[in-house]
Amino acid sequence: MLQRLLSDNFIPSADAGVGALAVSGLSVAYHQRLVLRDITWTAPAHGLVAIVGPNGAGKSTFLKAVLGLVPALTGNIEIYGRPLKRQRALIGYVPQRESVDWDFPVSALDVVTMGRYGLIGWGRRITGKHRAAAMQALDRVGMADLAHRQIGQLSGGQQQRVFLARALAQEARLYFMDEPLAGVDAATEQTILAVLRELDAEGRTVICVHHDLQTVAETFDHVLMLNGELVAAGPVYEALTEDNLRRAYGQRASGLRLGPR
Amino acid sequence: MTLDAATFLSVDLPALLAALFACLSCALVGNFLVLRRQALMGDAISHAVLPGIVAGFLVAGTRDTVPMLAGALTAALVAGVMIELVRRLGRVEAGAAMGVVFTGLFALGVVLIEQGPARQIDLDADCVLYGQLEAILWLAPNGWSDLTDPALWATLPRQVVQLVAVFALCLVIILIFLKELTLVCFDPALADTLGLKSGLVQHGIVGLAALAAIAAFEAVGSILVIAMLICPAATARLYTDRMGTQLVVSLLVGGVTGLGGYALAAFGPSLLGYDMAVNAAGSIAVLAGVILGLSILLAPRYGVLARATGRAMRGAAA
Repeated sequence: MLQRLLSDNFIPSADAGVGALAVSGLSVAYHQRLVLRDITWTAPAHGLVAIVGPNGAGKSTFLKAVLGLVPALTGNIEIYGRPLKRQRALIGYVPQRESVDWDFPVSALDVVTMGRYGLIGWGRRITGKHRAAAMQALDRVGMADLAHRQIGQLSGGQQQRVFLARALAQEARLYFMDEPLAGVDAATEQTILAVLRELDAEGRTVICVHHDLQTVAETFDHVLMLNGELVAAGPVYEALTEDNLRRAYGQRASGLRLGPR
Repeated sequence: MTLDAATFLSVDLPALLAALFACLSCALVGNFLVLRRQALMGDAISHAVLPGIVAGFLVAGTRDTVPMLAGALTAALVAGVMIELVRRLGRVEAGAAMGVVFTGLFALGVVLIEQGPARQIDLDADCVLYGQLEAILWLAPNGWSDLTDPALWATLPRQVVQLVAVFALCLVIILIFLKELTLVCFDPALADTLGLKSGLVQHGIVGLAALAAIAAFEAVGSILVIAMLICPAATARLYTDRMGTQLVVSLLVGGVTGLGGYALAAFGPSLLGYDMAVNAAGSIAVLAGVILGLSILLAPRYGVLARATGRAMRGAAA
């Protein structure tokens, strides 16, 4: 708690007109190839946001650059109106499942507890209070029974739920998730969608890389469409037009059904 | 064969202690290399620091730890920069760059030993490559009763004291920062988003590995250090799914390997009636390999046999 106070995180009230995330002029290159060009975008103060775009559009790179995990060539990033460095305690991150070694000798509860390390403080013991909070997060995704199982012995969907629980345990205000619904079973999908709605109802912002255009409209409020550069952004029904999709995906998108209109 | 107390206390006890603590340090630190799937890094470090150790030795003219350590750490830094340069300028992948740099530096170290004034001082290729457990002597004690005299313990050989100190340092650091080390090995990206600089911690791990390798190098030699960094941790991995147990098992395996390997080398041949001794460092590394090999076959859950019978049983049930 003390650490939270000391870190002096600043969250403007919803009517202050400051977005959860403000990106301006962001460009990122891998191996001298420009992956993202001059992205300027302000995320809404709350709601569920989908980042969509074809393979190689730079969706994951966008998340990583915003989180400071890959260096940006140019650009400025602000979280609730302040630089990322001062607002770390406000962000939670759910990486792609393939990004870690699931053979690692840790249990589901151990992994979820990692989400609280920022709150616990570096070099300090993990106390019962934090374990209890981690357990509660696991319970929220329906995984309390499997808390002590080694993570490699969980199914893909269960592993994804562990990652989500870890983010919940962070008690963040702004969440970044990289394809949380990719390749999960139906039960896991329902659980994750329910948690996303809860987070939204609690006034938090969730920004998800999402691969399935069919389900964007039924789950998300806002969309950021990328194809190396910003194609469109805004409320789903304004931004997710056939015209924009064709600009992002090329002719492949022309046959797509986009939910009710 | 007779083993009188004075010989045991002067020759075998210090060697056993040195072997024990060298193996414990390497086993403990090795866990984090194995869990990061960077076992080869241990090999690279133990080879690349050789010219630095020799240079430190040449500059200082003594076998003190501090100059050799300074030289080794410098060499480790130079190796890191060189690997990055080769990777970028040569446009090759990291593994290839590492392979080129660490063999190159190791070769430079060997050349320095063989050609330089190191020959006049007492540093020769044999002791650097294979260690010299047998040369660590503790001349003070004459009988078991001497061990109760605290003043006598102050005369423990320098190598043993250093190894104990390095082990204690590694243990304390790892116990304090276990949470952080585990996080960075498992998910460096999460560490970074939480504000813990994973790159810095990873350098710390390499630094600890270098420290353990340098301390152990006098005891088991620079080539065999790699066996002690990797085998105990890899063995422990086959017996547990818990981080704490992993560390404890690796320490047990490391300790048994160190003591057992020396005992096999020193007493094994004479027990069998041969009037000879086997190189202790070689014997320790072989024992580490044998224990790992047996564990791969026989470990209760992840061993080859257990998995094969598990499959057969599931097959029968299906």
